[in-house]
Amino acid sequence: MEFNLSKSQKEIQKAAWEFARGEFDKEMIIELSKAQKLPDGIVEKSAELGFIGIHFPEDVNGGGMGLFEFVLVAETFCRKDSTLGSALMFSGYAAECILRNGDPALKTKFLPQIADGRITSTGAFLEPNQGYDLTRISTTAQAIGDDWILNGKKTFVPCGNTAGIFIVLCQTDASATPPAAGMSLIVVETASPGLSVSRVSQNLGGRMLPFCDLAFDNVRVPGAHLIGKPGSGYALTQNFFTENRIQIAGLALGTAQGAFDRALAYVKQREQFGKKLAQFQVTRHKLAEMAASIETARYLTYHAAWRFDQGKVEPHQASMAKLMATRAAMSVADEAVQLLGGYGYMTEYEVEHFFRDAKQAEIFQGTPAAQKDIIADGIIGKLK
Amino acid sequence: MEILKYTDEHHEFRKRLRTFMETEVIPNIDQWETDHIVPKEAWRKMGRAGFLCTWASKEYGGQGLDFLYSVISTEEMAKTNHTGLAAMLHSDIIVPYINSFGSEAQKKKYLPGCISGDIITAVAMTEPDAGSDLAGMRSTAEMDGDEIIINGAKTFISNGINADLAIVAAKNPLEENPYQALSLYLVEDGTPGFTRGRHLDKMGFHSQDTAELFFSNCRIPKENILGQPGMGFIMLMQKLQQERLMCAIGAQAAAELMLKWTIDYCKTHHDAAGKPFSKSQATQFALVEMMTEIKVGRAFIDKLICEHAAGENVVVETSMAKYWTTDLAKNLARRCLDLFGDFGLTEDCPLARGFRDVRVMSIFAGTNEVMKGIAAKFMGL
Repeated sequence: MEFNLSKSQKEIQKAAWEFARGEFDKEMIIELSKAQKLPDGIVEKSAELGFIGIHFPEDVNGGGMGLFEFVLVAETFCRKDSTLGSALMFSGYAAECILRNGDPALKTKFLPQIADGRITSTGAFLEPNQGYDLTRISTTAQAIGDDWILNGKKTFVPCGNTAGIFIVLCQTDASATPPAAGMSLIVVETASPGLSVSRVSQNLGGRMLPFCDLAFDNVRVPGAHLIGKPGSGYALTQNFFTENRIQIAGLALGTAQGAFDRALAYVKQREQFGKKLAQFQVTRHKLAEMAASIETARYLTYHAAWRFDQGKVEPHQASMAKLMATRAAMSVADEAVQLLGGYGYMTEYEVEHFFRDAKQAEIFQGTPAAQKDIIADGIIGKLK
Repeated sequence: MEILKYTDEHHEFRKRLRTFMETEVIPNIDQWETDHIVPKEAWRKMGRAGFLCTWASKEYGGQGLDFLYSVISTEEMAKTNHTGLAAMLHSDIIVPYINSFGSEAQKKKYLPGCISGDIITAVAMTEPDAGSDLAGMRSTAEMDGDEIIINGAKTFISNGINADLAIVAAKNPLEENPYQALSLYLVEDGTPGFTRGRHLDKMGFHSQDTAELFFSNCRIPKENILGQPGMGFIMLMQKLQQERLMCAIGAQAAAELMLKWTIDYCKTHHDAAGKPFSKSQATQFALVEMMTEIKVGRAFIDKLICEHAAGENVVVETSMAKYWTTDLAKNLARRCLDLFGDFGLTEDCPLARGFRDVRVMSIFAGTNEVMKGIAAKFMGL
């Protein structure tokens, strides 16, 4: 058992922290969050320093690292700011589908653009009134000549309004039984005629990650944009969700840590009733609970990411990390708001958006109940 | 068996108030939330319709109604899912100070406007360095001939921008005992030296104009002291029971509303396989647990309403109720939001606003930690 980060991992962490300290301006983040926009040029800058696509191989301009290092950067960025940090780490959302399963030509076509910050990617999996049960979907892709023709509607597509490419789950074989065996993942470029963003929602949390509704109306896509084999889409999507849940656990871990840092600094300086808040026993115990839940989340998340990189992660292990890390983020951010009192509720003091962002992390990519279903599947197994 | 004995008149009043909310308030809320303020006209409409300070006596233009009317007003406002038109704060927390402690001249001067909605009130206690700890207050009030000079900075003041009249807490710098130094003063909008600071951005309560207030050599006539000099703390203490009870009623009503939406949603929406959410066992148990908490809270609140209306001292119990119901509303919002799934993450879901709004309730009017401290003291611990 080795619990220490390696020298290069520590360097990545340090570089991510220095980048965030230099580029994540508090006032700018608060202002841009209202417009649900990212600061100009920040994706490019973080890509230039290797933070975007850190887990892509070097031959597609990636960092040649693993998911563990992605999680370290996600944690560090969100510790500095949960809204901007999570948006940056989502700038390559679902590109993992290409990374893990795409053929070399597809990888070469798209991954360098993402790793260089020239475009962002997103995933279009969910459909209206569907939840995360994707065993039946309505979006179709028909093979016409060498091309695919897509029709349908997708919802809860993060940053669909700014993405350069969409990884779209669609039914390519309507006759397959079960229907999931006839689903495929197809890459769609944003400029494709017939593709439109029909709605951008105002978010409760994650205000730099607005959810979009997409409409596909006879969108023509080259046949080579199919990821993996036809009919593999459902399984590949589930694999991606597993990976993404570990990524979200990393974001949530940083969100918890960032809220904790701010609460700790506040209670050490704020005096009420003649002493520092940090001198009250109840405050000390609140901090103890917060710190303990962050540590629990950290080791569960690191362990899940490490297992992923070893190629032996189980879906329920990713769900455990997501469940516990997002729960830690929620409870720590909630307590941070409480400890800061009236200031905690004010936008200027930041913890209020850590609190909202934590809620986003807790629900997106499966609610706590959905994670428990996955965990239960994994630990109970098949009943006789 | 109902704990509260509502009469036909009460029910009739609730019906009229609900109609008023549906026509004059609810259609405007989205705009008010965007504007971060409610137009003064909305206050006047509410006052003219007889829904402000319902308890005020007829000689000042009021209706002299009992406490249950205040309860109804608070509950119905909570059901609108917005906080900007802070009628409960004005009618049942601030204006009662003037009614209880004001001179006859002050009452004649201000109460009619408070009732009609022409005078919107604010109470300025909290300071940047004095939140729940009022003894740490720094604002000063000094006598200068026939005038009083107020200096200081206040923050997190609800109705701060709209206020036509502020009740300001300040200390006499010559008095060393912080508890005997505090007095309350009536400061009208437009008094030279009384200015607004920033209109504060916050997590929720977006339609509520929370602001900083500044007093810089602000001179008011000496008649504008409210009650006796040095009695500020005593007056605050006397009013805290009702203030905390009103917060608890608001939190309870908000929690009831959020649970109702969630139950409706779970019954009318289904998963991809066509099974209504309400048929999932985990969802059922979650809803049952929350409904149980709601019922426990309701019984406690209704009992306290009875006791408070009967003039009993229930300071300890109202402190407990304030902390318990505001925690209930906060935790219930978080849990209910999970049942909405991703839809709960967008502002299209009404619960998203509720989730943001109720988070401040465990902080304002004395944090829940302060509530527990008070209860501990009274329990002889």
